[in-house]
Amino acid sequence: MTILGITLVGPLGFALAATALMLTVALAMCTWRLLVGPSLSDRVVALDAISILLVAFFVVFAMASGVGAYLDVAIVMSLVAFLATVAFARFIERTIGGSDD
Amino acid sequence: MIEWIAAFLVLLGGAFSVIAALGLVRMPDVYIRMHSSTKTGTVGLGLLCIALMLVADGWFQVVEAMIILLFLLITAPIGAHLIGRASYAAGVPFSDATTFEPGCETFGTPRREEKPLNESEGDISPSHQSQEGSS
Repeated sequence: MTILGITLVGPLGFALAATALMLTVALAMCTWRLLVGPSLSDRVVALDAISILLVAFFVVFAMASGVGAYLDVAIVMSLVAFLATVAFARFIERTIGGSDD
Repeated sequence: MIEWIAAFLVLLGGAFSVIAALGLVRMPDVYIRMHSSTKTGTVGLGLLCIALMLVADGWFQVVEAMIILLFLLITAPIGAHLIGRASYAAGVPFSDATTFEPGCETFGTPRREEKPLNESEGDISPSHQSQEGSS
């Protein structure tokens, strides 16, 4: 079967296609939490989960296409996700019930 | 044979990711949601990285998958701890089902809370407009 110009064959190809579908469903659910989530912390947790899922998507795409450069993208994505998490944690701590604003 | 094992690991990782997102949607509280998203997301991506190590064509991809896995295992607890500590300090409310041990009841009341936090507009500081209006 051919998806996005990439031919997937064998059990691994089927597993990769199914996993891409499952990751898309997971991304949709995390986006729902990001939009709905009652407090800022819920949105930050959802954004963290979305970035982890994006790294997983890059790993799946690297396996499906055989291009190793997507793994570099995944490494950089995980670095940026960690920095964003730390920055948002500081932001939460300062803005909500804090007395300094 | 190794391809079947990798396919099984990839499917398991995708299933774990879906379960993590389901927990993120269904759990009642930000502290419980953090458990679901961080830990299960780490397991999902870890299984995908192990499958990538199995089918990689070359040692360089193995090393890169190992780097992603190690970095995620190191940073995911740190990030979860930071978010949990920040939301506890900022007064994000616990769910109603949360019970506290005798002697630990003050854990339910955040330390830096000045006004009761409205859950529907938790990301807005309500004292801001009144200060600007008085000045």
